[in-house]
Amino acid sequence: MRIACPFCGERENGEFTYLGDASPKRPNFAVDSGESPGGVEDAFYDYVYLRDNVAGYMREYWYHGGGCRSWLIAERNTVTHEFRSVTAAPGVGAAKPVQAGE
Amino acid sequence: MSGYSGSEPLGRTAALEGTTPSARSQAASASQSHRLRSGGLIDRQQPLQFSFDDKVMSGFAGDTLASALVANGVKLVARSFKYHRPRGIITAGSEEPSALVEMRTGARKEPNTRATTQELYDGLVAQSQNRWPSLRRDFMSINQLFSPIFVAGFYYKTFMWPAKFWEAIYEPIIRRAAGLGKSAALPDPDHYDKAWAHCDVLVIGGGAAGLSAALAAGRAGSRVILVEEDSRLGGRLLSDGGEIDGMHAEEWVRRTTDELTALANVRIMVRTALFGVYDGGVYAALERVNDHVPVPGPHQVRQRVWRIVAKRSVVTAGAIERPVVFPGNDRPGVMMASAVRTYVHRFAAMPGRKVALFTNNDDGWRTVEAVQQAGGDIAAVIDPRGKVPAEYQALAELSDLRVFSGGVSDVKGGVDGVRGVVVTDGNGRTQQIDADCLAVSGGWNPNVGLSCFHRGRPVWRDDIAAFVPGDSPKGMTTAGAANGEFSLGACLRDGHAAGVAAAAECGATGNAGEAAEAGDEIYAISPLWQVKAKGKAFVDFQHDVTASDVTLAQREGFESVEHLKRYTTLGMATDQGKTSNITGLAIMAEATGRTIPQTGTTIYRPPYAPVAIGALAGHHRDENFHAWRLTPSHHWAAARGAVFVDTGLWKRAQWYPQPGEKDWIESVTREVLAVRNGVGFCDVSTLGKVDVRGADAGTFLDRVYINAFSSLAVGKARYGLMLREDGIVMDDGTTSRIAEDHYFLTTTTAKAGPVMAHLEFCRQVLWPELDVQLSSASDQWAQFSIAGPNTRKLLQELVDPSEDMSNEGFPFMGAREVMLRGGITARLFRISFSGEIAFEISVPARYGGAMAQNLMIAGRDLGVTPYGTEALGVMRIEKGHVAGPELNGTTTADDLGLGKMMSKKKDFIGRVMAGREALTAPDRQVVVGIKPLDQKRRLRSGAHVLPKGAIPGPETDQGYVTSVCYSPMLEQWIGLGLVERGRERFGEIVRIHDPLRNEDYEAEICNPVFYDPEGARQRG
Repeated sequence: MRIACPFCGERENGEFTYLGDASPKRPNFAVDSGESPGGVEDAFYDYVYLRDNVAGYMREYWYHGGGCRSWLIAERNTVTHEFRSVTAAPGVGAAKPVQAGE
Repeated sequence: MSGYSGSEPLGRTAALEGTTPSARSQAASASQSHRLRSGGLIDRQQPLQFSFDDKVMSGFAGDTLASALVANGVKLVARSFKYHRPRGIITAGSEEPSALVEMRTGARKEPNTRATTQELYDGLVAQSQNRWPSLRRDFMSINQLFSPIFVAGFYYKTFMWPAKFWEAIYEPIIRRAAGLGKSAALPDPDHYDKAWAHCDVLVIGGGAAGLSAALAAGRAGSRVILVEEDSRLGGRLLSDGGEIDGMHAEEWVRRTTDELTALANVRIMVRTALFGVYDGGVYAALERVNDHVPVPGPHQVRQRVWRIVAKRSVVTAGAIERPVVFPGNDRPGVMMASAVRTYVHRFAAMPGRKVALFTNNDDGWRTVEAVQQAGGDIAAVIDPRGKVPAEYQALAELSDLRVFSGGVSDVKGGVDGVRGVVVTDGNGRTQQIDADCLAVSGGWNPNVGLSCFHRGRPVWRDDIAAFVPGDSPKGMTTAGAANGEFSLGACLRDGHAAGVAAAAECGATGNAGEAAEAGDEIYAISPLWQVKAKGKAFVDFQHDVTASDVTLAQREGFESVEHLKRYTTLGMATDQGKTSNITGLAIMAEATGRTIPQTGTTIYRPPYAPVAIGALAGHHRDENFHAWRLTPSHHWAAARGAVFVDTGLWKRAQWYPQPGEKDWIESVTREVLAVRNGVGFCDVSTLGKVDVRGADAGTFLDRVYINAFSSLAVGKARYGLMLREDGIVMDDGTTSRIAEDHYFLTTTTAKAGPVMAHLEFCRQVLWPELDVQLSSASDQWAQFSIAGPNTRKLLQELVDPSEDMSNEGFPFMGAREVMLRGGITARLFRISFSGEIAFEISVPARYGGAMAQNLMIAGRDLGVTPYGTEALGVMRIEKGHVAGPELNGTTTADDLGLGKMMSKKKDFIGRVMAGREALTAPDRQVVVGIKPLDQKRRLRSGAHVLPKGAIPGPETDQGYVTSVCYSPMLEQWIGLGLVERGRERFGEIVRIHDPLRNEDYEAEICNPVFYDPEGARQRG
């Protein structure tokens, strides 16, 4: 398998490590007098554990640890292993800030 | 046409009369009773000696082992897998299921080598397999008498009970009887290599279609790699000849090869078999670099595995002729018709004097002419279609051919080969024909394997009664016979078109020229899979699967091809059923009343041909199994006789034995006491190191550690703990603030890589708005821990006198740059893992060895002692510091006794999930100290902790011992453990149960800080 790193060009997949589904966003919250806001546990539960098992194109994280150390978002078909796009991943993993009590 | 008659030996007279070879070559010819006097792509000026089963024979350069055996009149070459039936050579290519031999001797001995692909060299030594005491008299051929019980599913049906017999009796016996050849059981003395190659167009197979494709793509200007498993290009053209562009096919091959060789953008790789097709245009091929010589030359590899990255590929891998299933079809001397032509035409070796031909298609008829031109007799042609093809009618009349309709229903003969062929016609009348060779053609199967490696399903074509490629992997096209084109003209045109298209898709714009021209001979076929008659009729020659095994599988319900394969082992041998799969499924189709396409094929998977594990490993074996990482003081430590331990890729000094020390415990104890009573040092450069810079560096670290770092003063260090997002501890280490916007973070040795990836994820994916940059500095710094009450005295010898090294001037957890004597700047951190006054000193990695030497010089009068990872571990256990065994991917910060470090005021990775009920339950297993009551008792890690007096079992299990050491300070074995509610149980006596080592004793749970619990020593 070959992955086209947007910084390094097409490289062998042994240079990369896989993390998984790039759709979950890390909940963004403010700590209020030592307490996490209500509901944030459920949001984290979703973020940490719940994943879709996609057959087809999926957006997923790949880390070019054997190259430029960039985290990348690849659109890959889980059935055919075809890559549709590979882009850098700045900021894609964080949700918009949520205020306590929101 | 020379011709021969009666019982006159064939090749001998021909060779002696017809040529004027050297004396040696004459002598060589003497053994070659079946060698033609002229012709063939062999070099009669280069005679080669070889031995088969200790009998010395000769052949010529250009021979394969199989063709040399044919030339020497050898029919019997193997015993079959299950029934030990005598077997001969069936094919002339890599699909050979039968003629497998043990090649070479000693450490280079290799079993199951196909005699048909092994090139002959002078001094070649081969042995037959699966026989005892000899090939001719094989004791185990008695299996044939019991053959009614060795049917499909024999093992499943026979070795069912009693169940306990399996391991002790059945399995050892079966294992001894199983397999064919024996491997060397000695280390392989040869080298193997792995390499990458890149191209636009990869052409797989160098026959007519492949040469045509490579030529078109090469002329167009694309970068071409042409791989051919044979030692020379040409494919079937070398065996069947023909006329191309008005010249002899062999001349066309020569000219085409010359043109391809002259093209700088074309690379030809012979002896290179493509064995795998992977995602994204990656192909794997095995180059047999030196299998055709006795021993690889100096600095040469035996084989090389290539990974070839190609934008496009053209599969021109040809087709494989298939056998017909009939009783006796496995007798030595029964051979594929195409193989007979190969031996005759390419190798000038005559498989028989009187050849009977059994064919259901026009292509098989080529054999008549080939045999006759070489001077052999065609005893008869059996063609179930009942009439001579139009193209061959003149020939049949001219040579007065005996032509039979019907089919071959038995083959007479024994270990020495075929003596006669029994033909049964449509009316059931039988007739025996004298023959010493039976050439068989059941038609051709396009070589669809490579096109199906991505789960593509081949498509059935009725007109050729064969499967052709269906959905090929992306970027791959198939051309020529592999695509079901069976005439030479069509192969050339198809290959050319595929080469032109592939080159154009890669952007090549040059003139590809015209396809070469040749005739379009007719390939008519009437499918015939099996002649039903009494007797063993083989489908899979290598695994001894018969037609009745296939129908038995059907009767017992194993109708799907995948079940058929596993139940009968059809196609599961080293040849992967290249000659048997399609026939097997055709018989199954008939038995179940389905069509062949309805029955379908099994899944094709790499490797296409056997690949030695050694070739896949390449140079990654023995001490080079993986890369080594050496610490900056490695060579210095090695010179002092250090014992090294592998920790990941690193080699770390484990201890430094001294003369007279009787075991490692004595060495380690000495090192610990030297530190605790004086001063010692240890290379800790393996710790991961990350430079964290930027205005938001503090904020960033606040979010990745459970404790605060933005509040850390410049010039100070702090211990930090990181969680995974699920609330479990990921890693720990010390981080220092070097400047307002500059931190220096350390990780454990094992987690250096994963922590770096995690930090980059946080920085790039979660919080790109933070002004922070990370760079890995693990290899940039040589870092030494210097520990013991005399540490400060030693450092005063090392650092510039202007540096204030007093307790006030450099307090506990201080971190700053210092000038060393000699002008080198070092980073000094006053942190302690051992519990003593300790510093870690960092210098650029290139000074690592010199640093170790300087530490020895500076501490000479203090008795400075280098210590290894064992002493480091002993001292951390004495101090109750957690390490890998406790940071084991299941523990929380609180489990480690570090729960109070978790900041309430901020979000950090893992904060929310760490608060989950199960991770904060009061009965969790937490870190405690454990001391056996018997002070002589050796504590072992992994032992279970149970309440005193409890009966061992899952319900009474309360935890286990994680780390142990012999403590020189307590003068007994101590350990750390994870024990339920452990912190409430200091002083409690528990049962330590170790069923693996059969040990059972009592121990006391205690504070994990065994030594200096107040921490006074490290602050002094």
